[in-house]
Amino acid sequence: MESTDRLLLRRSSDRLVVVLRGDWTREQPYAVGPVLRQLEESLEGMVGIAFDTTALGRWDSMLVLLLRRIERLAAGHSLELDRSGLPRGADRLLQLAGASAEHRDAGRDTPPGGMLHGLGVRFYHALADAAALLRFVGEATLAFGRLLLGRARFSGRDLLLFIQAASFEALPIVSLINFLIGMILAFVGVVQLQVFGAEIYVANLIGISVTREMGAIMVAVIMAGRTGAAYAAQLGTMQVNEEIDALITLGLPPMEYLVLPRILALTLMMPLLVVYADIVGIAGGLLASINLSSIGLHQFMLQTVEAVGLDDILIGIFKGAVFGLLVASAGCYHGMRSGRSSASVGRATTDAVVMSVISIVVADAVITVVTTLIGV
Amino acid sequence: MAFGDRVVQRDLDFTIGEGDIFIIMGGSGCGKSTLMRHMIGLQPPAAGQVLYGGESFWDMDHERRERLMQEIGILYQRGALWSSLTLLENVSLPLEQYTDLSPASIEELARLKLALVGLAGFEEFLPAEISGGMQKRAALARAIALDPRILFFDEPSAGLDPVSAHRLDRLILELRDSLGATVVLVTHELQSIFAIGSNSVFLDAGARTQIATGDPRRLLRESTDPRVIEFLTRGGDLQRETP
Repeated sequence: MESTDRLLLRRSSDRLVVVLRGDWTREQPYAVGPVLRQLEESLEGMVGIAFDTTALGRWDSMLVLLLRRIERLAAGHSLELDRSGLPRGADRLLQLAGASAEHRDAGRDTPPGGMLHGLGVRFYHALADAAALLRFVGEATLAFGRLLLGRARFSGRDLLLFIQAASFEALPIVSLINFLIGMILAFVGVVQLQVFGAEIYVANLIGISVTREMGAIMVAVIMAGRTGAAYAAQLGTMQVNEEIDALITLGLPPMEYLVLPRILALTLMMPLLVVYADIVGIAGGLLASINLSSIGLHQFMLQTVEAVGLDDILIGIFKGAVFGLLVASAGCYHGMRSGRSSASVGRATTDAVVMSVISIVVADAVITVVTTLIGV
Repeated sequence: MAFGDRVVQRDLDFTIGEGDIFIIMGGSGCGKSTLMRHMIGLQPPAAGQVLYGGESFWDMDHERRERLMQEIGILYQRGALWSSLTLLENVSLPLEQYTDLSPASIEELARLKLALVGLAGFEEFLPAEISGGMQKRAALARAIALDPRILFFDEPSAGLDPVSAHRLDRLILELRDSLGATVVLVTHELQSIFAIGSNSVFLDAGARTQIATGDPRRLLRESTDPRVIEFLTRGGDLQRETP
């Protein structure tokens, strides 16, 4: 019969005896495939399989794996499996694993395959997402209405904390990014305009682009990664810890208690941050311009005042408010929709940032087109 | 044991025998889970030693400690399954990290472990898709993935219905008997304590030290300490001869 150093097959009248010797552990992996095939071929005329483990050394789950395979083989050939020769622990593990096999049907529906089905599922999910977004916008609007009527229930202290987080605490990063953006614009502008002897117009370039576009956009992107993501993570974690459920059962609508203060804080603070970003951005541009060209400090400032109109500044501020509303809403929307696991919170945070950035760019494009059309 | 300057427990001294089902028990806030964290390498004690086979855990070099950790399986209070991985992937991960087995063998072994805890057929489910009791069992399958010599359980019955809790207790016993492992259990569930415990240490929050050690059933019958009696009789609700 088939024989190896650790596994031997022996006939004993009408039974096939599997003799196991030596150690059967993970540290000594053993290719049992060929022996099992030999075992299967030797089953002809047998009524059962038995085991001899008198020379068996140390063993772990690897032995149980082998025994399971032999057990299945025996069941497939309707043979009796005599487990009396097995170590007691291995026999119990085999019984435990076998007992669980009776509960095999996990009850999960197997989805039908195919591209059409996949498209249908995606379309259905897209519709569900759109409906959820509409519901969120509707509920947020109603909550805002109740706020205007003085009937919204939220903590004023929370609002102040969110205002602090979305304003004062954001100043260092807003300063750094916008100062550098101003310098980059100046550098590019001075180099190009010098060719035409029109370097003084770098002040126009910096002033208008920072106040109308770059200030608001850069602040919005910073706040999307900083505050919008934080809102999604906070609310998602609250979902995991059932804190939102606790609010609902207490009769406090999460839309008023959690979402409203966050949206209000960011929408109110963003215009202020944009004004600050405009000043810092122009300062960065000024510093680079007077160092890279022959333009003097006074000349640059006079040119900036002449070039930048109040409408440019107001458009930037308006964009700031809109972007703030969008970033806070995206963060809260995905946080409130988060599942109850750490992976879901991570996904909610990512989705919030992606949605924020896309909505910022789309909104900016719309506002730019509209303001151009109405001649502002 | 201490949190900052605040001493939680002091002068702890007990021995866990091979094959024991050792219970760390005591009221809420007495430091049971913290003691377990000291024993499983998550937090060094403020003073003293945790010895494994006479060797100090916290003085071992990194490699020795890593080898020892592979001989330890841990079931956390809330399962602590990795939520982005399926049950099969959760159980496979330790095998992938610490064995040289082929991917097919790892998968087969992970399926076996899930079958041992009654979760055959649930391999492709995510933790969020199954019940709390099933999550605990899946976490147990992960804990026994590497055939550990010592199994730690932090409040295994917490949040489970009585039937699931009983089933988990039986499973712990079965696995202890078949794997030949030593089991350390942090719990204050009296039914579990009396059903499966063979040895124990009783921590008291007021005294800030251990006030009893030994077989919990013997402690119930013979202890003269009113704090131990009150705890083990559920404040007098249970008879001292009951279990």
